[in-house]
Amino acid sequence: MSAVFEVRNLKRSFGGLAVTNDVSISMAPGDRVALIGPNGAGKTTFVNLVTGNLKPSAGQVLLGGEDVTGLNSTQRVRRGLVRSFQVTRLFPEMTPEEHVALAILQREGRSGRMFGSHRAMADVGEETAAILSTLGLSSLADNRVREIAYGQQRLLELALALALKPKVLLLDEPAAGVPQSDTGLIEKALADLPADLAVLMIEHDMDLVFRFARRVIVLAAGEIIFDGLPSDATRDTRVRQAYLGSYADARSLA
Amino acid sequence: MTVPTSKDSASSATSDRRVRLRPDVIGVLVIAAAAIAGYLLFPNNLALLTRITAIALLVLSLDLVTGYCGVATLGHAALFGAGAYGAGIVAVHFGMTDPFAMLGFGIIAGALAGLVSGVVVLRAHGLPQLVLSIAIVHLAHEVANKASGWTGGSDGLAGITPDAVFGLYQFDLWGRTAYVFGIVLLILVFVVLRQIVRSPFGMLCRGIRQDPLRVQALGASVNGTLVKMYVISGAVAGAGGALNAISTQVVGLDSLSFTLSAEALVMLVLGGTGSLYGALIGTLTFMWFEDVVSAANPFHWLTIVGALLIAVVLFAPKGLYGTIAAWFAGRKRRSA
Amino acid sequence: MQTILSIAIDALAYGMVLFVISIGLSVTMGLMRVVNLAHGAFAMIGGYIASYAARDLGLAYGFAVIIAVVGTILIAIPIERLLYRRIYGAPELTQVLMTIGITFCVIGIANYVFGPTLKTIPVPAELQQSVSLGFRTIAAHRLFAIACGLAVALGLWFLIERTAFGVKLRATVDNAAMAAALGVKTKIVYAASFAVAVGLAAFGGVVGAELLPVEPYYALRYMVTFLVVVSVGGAGSIPGALAACLLLGGIDTTGRYLMPEFGEFFFYLAVIAIVCLFPRGLAGRAK
Repeated sequence: MSAVFEVRNLKRSFGGLAVTNDVSISMAPGDRVALIGPNGAGKTTFVNLVTGNLKPSAGQVLLGGEDVTGLNSTQRVRRGLVRSFQVTRLFPEMTPEEHVALAILQREGRSGRMFGSHRAMADVGEETAAILSTLGLSSLADNRVREIAYGQQRLLELALALALKPKVLLLDEPAAGVPQSDTGLIEKALADLPADLAVLMIEHDMDLVFRFARRVIVLAAGEIIFDGLPSDATRDTRVRQAYLGSYADARSLA
Repeated sequence: MTVPTSKDSASSATSDRRVRLRPDVIGVLVIAAAAIAGYLLFPNNLALLTRITAIALLVLSLDLVTGYCGVATLGHAALFGAGAYGAGIVAVHFGMTDPFAMLGFGIIAGALAGLVSGVVVLRAHGLPQLVLSIAIVHLAHEVANKASGWTGGSDGLAGITPDAVFGLYQFDLWGRTAYVFGIVLLILVFVVLRQIVRSPFGMLCRGIRQDPLRVQALGASVNGTLVKMYVISGAVAGAGGALNAISTQVVGLDSLSFTLSAEALVMLVLGGTGSLYGALIGTLTFMWFEDVVSAANPFHWLTIVGALLIAVVLFAPKGLYGTIAAWFAGRKRRSA
Repeated sequence: MQTILSIAIDALAYGMVLFVISIGLSVTMGLMRVVNLAHGAFAMIGGYIASYAARDLGLAYGFAVIIAVVGTILIAIPIERLLYRRIYGAPELTQVLMTIGITFCVIGIANYVFGPTLKTIPVPAELQQSVSLGFRTIAAHRLFAIACGLAVALGLWFLIERTAFGVKLRATVDNAAMAAALGVKTKIVYAASFAVAVGLAAFGGVVGAELLPVEPYYALRYMVTFLVVVSVGGAGSIPGALAACLLLGGIDTTGRYLMPEFGEFFFYLAVIAIVCLFPRGLAGRAK
């Protein structure tokens, strides 16, 4: 299958220090990929390069075969590359219903309309209700976001991403900060993501990675050191070394 | 992707619209009732009431960018002054003395000024943004002062004689025509703005105030949206300026002053930001207060404005309307 | 050539006065992140006190300066305690409103107490004479203003770079929470900086009274000028503020010399151009 998302030889250095070094990734529709790596591996830089918040020193980002390296972050969103945030970024004074409706209107190019409330647009209302119900947020639709629980705010982040109908979804630690009791909700929502969507998840929680991903990419010191099946990742010596350092060496010697 | 609209949801959408239009109708009725009361109670003070109406348009306009979009500006009088001089200049120098033509040019001039200040002010954030807004109003003031051939300089632009409205209603000595003209204009603007702030565009603007980065991640352009709002805001302020030019028949440099910009902000905050009612209540309260106090003791006016501001910040940060609305909401919740 | 030198020396004097007044604003803005529109009001209070002390009480100029600085700080302390403390960390709009409210009050009170007329501060005979510089003569008080500016710049540099207080100040500017965790009493640093800032404003208001005359609307008239210095120079940066003062002093003075009929047109145009080009200031750091 042809790649819906591709990163070719992406490089970024800060004053001579290569934080992302020659990274290439290709993803097909329906892929479930987890990007992992120890602290300081360059995951955040990589995310910013992909979303367009940082300019690469070299290399390309392609979406559906089109080179989007020169485009800014909003233009990339409009072409189907959507991200969620590691720490929720929502509008505290607005309701979940308004959030999702705004995302739908934005996707359809109707967010600039100056007349008529979105509540009078029947199609928007139906789609909003459908998305909120998929994520189990229907009962909270009219509460202000600052009044709802953090776990549900994380679900709303996912709802926003879904409402934009992306081709590629970049999830930045979707379960970060969620109390243990609510992680099940997030996992269920992740399992229910549209089948043809390509998902790249950045995650620390290995349990979640193994349950969600069918492919794992390991980033260490700005370079890809592993790209393959999750079950092979834990056996890979370079991965063990990157995570466990000399301790792993000592053990393998023993 | 659009789902074919079923009869059911269509009718629920219409009834929904009816429910949501009711506050607008009430709002219009309240403004009209207040206007009639003002007319009957202060028949000799219609000039002041018309001035309040013009300033209310400026404060509404400021509410659009400060209250709804979160852009703090101390230079909004530049937009008001542009409208006033726009209307005055077409009347004095081009002989276009039809009040609607003057109003139209005032709105265009205001919208253009809004475009320019929007593009400039949105270049920076925080303190530099504030400085830019102040510099713009001072610059506009200097330009108007220097271009005295067009603007009359510090003497003001005099000799504005608008024609009768529809050729029937002369602008009379008592200011009755001007007052009615102003109130009708205010109501029209109010209705249009109620639509805009509730529209998807208005929702996007509220989103920008709360988290611009999230708006970008939805694929919307933050600065593009804000510049659009600035243009709308300029048109509204321009309408206020034009009304002032038409009703007083003179345009002075004070309509482009920093003081007017700051006072407009005080009125907005006094009434409550982010609500059109707040803007109206703030203007009315402040201007009435100014009239009473400056008649009694003009020396202390500035001290009182300052004290008022400090008091609002400390004790009623939501403004008069916001505080009252929150109080009623709290009561409703308790009784429910 | 002579004109250029004349402009340069006047610009230098004006820029130095601006520097003395606004550097305190720059430091407190960098430190406390408060948009303080009332800074000019403190300079004005200093000017009024000095004028009262020197003209009405007939005290010596040096005494008047000291009384002005101390008096302004004494007036500022309750204002800081009661009003400024409420707005640290508040949204920008709140800070703008509070400090503009303070400014309006100070103007109104000054107008009531001292009347709307200009107040002069009599300077000693030594500063009244003219000094010949070869290409022109210059009033001695301008040289005095320049010297004061240099002294303040050097003094601040020494205070910030060479003293224990400076270390604490720099740490708090960088990261207040971290500094507090390391045992710096940030509240004291804030209070001391605020006092120094207000004292310098008052000092500048007195020394610069010949260039920026003391009258009730002083606080409003020069509000933008002081804010511009900070936003062009970058909050918290002494070299940035110095550069901004000299640059803006140069532009303003040149405009007045060559095209007086344009008033402050070129000054504001330059402000807009500079802020648009350097939205974070000449020496600004990314936030």
